[in-house]
Amino acid sequence: MDLTLSEPYQALQAEIRAFVADYGHLSPKLGGGRKRPDQKTLDWQKRLLEHGYVGRTIPQEYGGAGRQPDIMEASVIASEFARANIYAGLTNQGISMLVPTLLEVGTDEQKRDYVGPTIRGDIIWCQGYSEPGNGSDLANAQTKAELKDGHWIVNGQKIWTSSAHYADMMFLLCRTEPNASKHEGLSYLLLSMKSDGLDARPLKTMTGRSEFNEVFFTDVKVPETQIVLGRGKGWYVANITLKHERLMLGDAGKTNARLEQLISLLSKTEIDGVPLIRMPEYRDRLLRLQGEVLAWKAHNLRLLTEAAQGIDSGVKRAIVKYGGTMLGYRLSSLAVDALGSAGLPYESLGEDAEDDDATTWNIDYMYDVGLMIGGGSSNIQKNIIGERGLDLPREPKFVAGMR
Amino acid sequence: MDFSLTLEQRQFDDSLRDFLKDRLPMDRLRLLAETANGFDDDLWQGVVELGLPSLLVPERFGGAELGVLDAAVAAEALGYAAAPLPFVGAIAMAPLAFVHCASPAQQDEWLPRIAAGEVRIAVAFAGLAGQTGAASVSFDGGLNGRIDGVMDASAATHFLVFQHDGTAAIVGADDPGVSQTLRRSIDRTRPLVDVAFSNVSAERLDAANDPLAAARIVLDAGRVVLAADSVGAAQTMLDRAVAFAKERVQFGRIIGSFQGVKYPLAECVTALEPCRGAVWYAAYAQDALPDEARLTACHAKAHVSDVARDVARMTTETHGGMGFTDLLGLHFWFKRIGFNRQILGNPERCRDEAARLQGWL
Repeated sequence: MDLTLSEPYQALQAEIRAFVADYGHLSPKLGGGRKRPDQKTLDWQKRLLEHGYVGRTIPQEYGGAGRQPDIMEASVIASEFARANIYAGLTNQGISMLVPTLLEVGTDEQKRDYVGPTIRGDIIWCQGYSEPGNGSDLANAQTKAELKDGHWIVNGQKIWTSSAHYADMMFLLCRTEPNASKHEGLSYLLLSMKSDGLDARPLKTMTGRSEFNEVFFTDVKVPETQIVLGRGKGWYVANITLKHERLMLGDAGKTNARLEQLISLLSKTEIDGVPLIRMPEYRDRLLRLQGEVLAWKAHNLRLLTEAAQGIDSGVKRAIVKYGGTMLGYRLSSLAVDALGSAGLPYESLGEDAEDDDATTWNIDYMYDVGLMIGGGSSNIQKNIIGERGLDLPREPKFVAGMR
Repeated sequence: MDFSLTLEQRQFDDSLRDFLKDRLPMDRLRLLAETANGFDDDLWQGVVELGLPSLLVPERFGGAELGVLDAAVAAEALGYAAAPLPFVGAIAMAPLAFVHCASPAQQDEWLPRIAAGEVRIAVAFAGLAGQTGAASVSFDGGLNGRIDGVMDASAATHFLVFQHDGTAAIVGADDPGVSQTLRRSIDRTRPLVDVAFSNVSAERLDAANDPLAAARIVLDAGRVVLAADSVGAAQTMLDRAVAFAKERVQFGRIIGSFQGVKYPLAECVTALEPCRGAVWYAAYAQDALPDEARLTACHAKAHVSDVARDVARMTTETHGGMGFTDLLGLHFWFKRIGFNRQILGNPERCRDEAARLQGWL
């Protein structure tokens, strides 16, 4: 065990600290759920790209910094931004899922057209996966696409499509080979959200915003070349996308940053002239969370080390989504309780404005519940932890007619 | 950066676990709990042969000169086996006390004997540690006073006593001015000793520039090691509950297939696995990150104690009525977790210290 950073990483750390000192004040605000990036965010993203703090391993010809993948570098960058409590760059489905997928299996043209604009934030993607009848059972997707005169004609419906109401493009999992088996009948298409016959209807959520959508396809025409890898390869491509999602760093950095924000909130908020941090009930909750954040930070270091050593972390990785989203929710819950009655006025200003602190915490507090549900709900996670992690038997399949 | 155990650490861990598996089967543990004073001389001699007492002793005194992290690895293995050994006091805290508080002459005299397992020194805190019960001594004109609930003391050859101001002294357990009352604890494998001193001429260890800081180094190491022990104990309970859930059949099904059984076990592993990281981090901080040493020791002790308590309860429930009986022996680990929680400051006390450290009080 050695947590000292070797020389090149120390140099990177010093470089980022200098960057933070010079430009940190230009960072957009953290938290507050998903929105289309505003100009401030786009400018910031451009600055991060120029310094190679985002898009670091993406080839230069596609707009990145062209560095070799190095999980320690990624960790230093993530922890320095968390430490400084500044915005570490856009995280969206285009950047974290589609871009690595295209880099792995896309055509040169697809890479050229989409990678650069996506990492700059100029093209926002949404993910056309879930359907009303097929949520967890993704491979059963029924939205269909038929090839006619050089175009795919898409019909069907997707749901829970994050960001579709402001996205420019969608990566879509759809059925192109109706006679093939469930997994081999799917293809992966890239299409414009401005296509005729495509209707994205925002689903207003409990935050008051519309983070999700229902998307309806009525004879939507997609050029034949907009397929990734080929007909019937959709499930394979979708799994590449999911693999890249799993390879993403845990968000321990974000959790640490949140704890720091929380400490500051409890220090500056007072009731009858007494800072909350001096009240035992508040302080105890904060201390418990601080201990838990320490444990998850250490856990993340373990995962990082194992990833660098090429070790499959098994159950240690399986617990991250469930444990991490619960911890995030408990952090934002304490923030909401620290804001107290003064935090009740709530004006979510929509896509174009910066919300006040109270509204931002409240959005996080609600959005964290959404995070527990999305991407495999907490209960699904507990099945995965129990069955794949602890090797407990699966729930027996229901047999019709059995009592 | 590398946050993993070295090959040597893993090999040491394996050999210790093999030894304990071989030497401490359940019937042996049961016998010790029922008959002895928590000390098994055979077991002690065995770990002396493995070199365990030399772990934290510097090389120039015949030790292995390893760190608190190595002690934590060993402690997790001991907790896993519910081993009744005076590890926290005699093997972890005592050598650190000599390293940080004793003069070179005292180190020459004592550290080789600690490394060789010739002495077993119980470490008693009069204040500082945050234990309840009597805890007050005075060094003026001989050692006087009383400390209740000293762990790892039932077969101690000596008592190393810290005053509330961090000053220290050592005295033989058989000194006529030392009276000991053996208290069987809830953890029958680990009794406590209430010790009283009456005009004992104790040898002062007063070489530390900052006695309070030195005493806290010793205390924090003890807390981290106790946290590691609880991780091991909770892991045993979880492993046994998972194994039971894969065998036991009710309603025509293996009970582990019921979500009502599966989910609590998933909760346990989700909470427990990061505790191992927390212990490693806190232990490493004792060795290499002095700025973080105190806070991480307090948090590791507090957080692990809470998680281990939950794991102990949920895994006992998994076993149904059998879990509540004496027959399975699961209660040895349940009680070990409960014992570790209260010794050297429970979570409430440790969080209180964490708050003070950060100026939140």
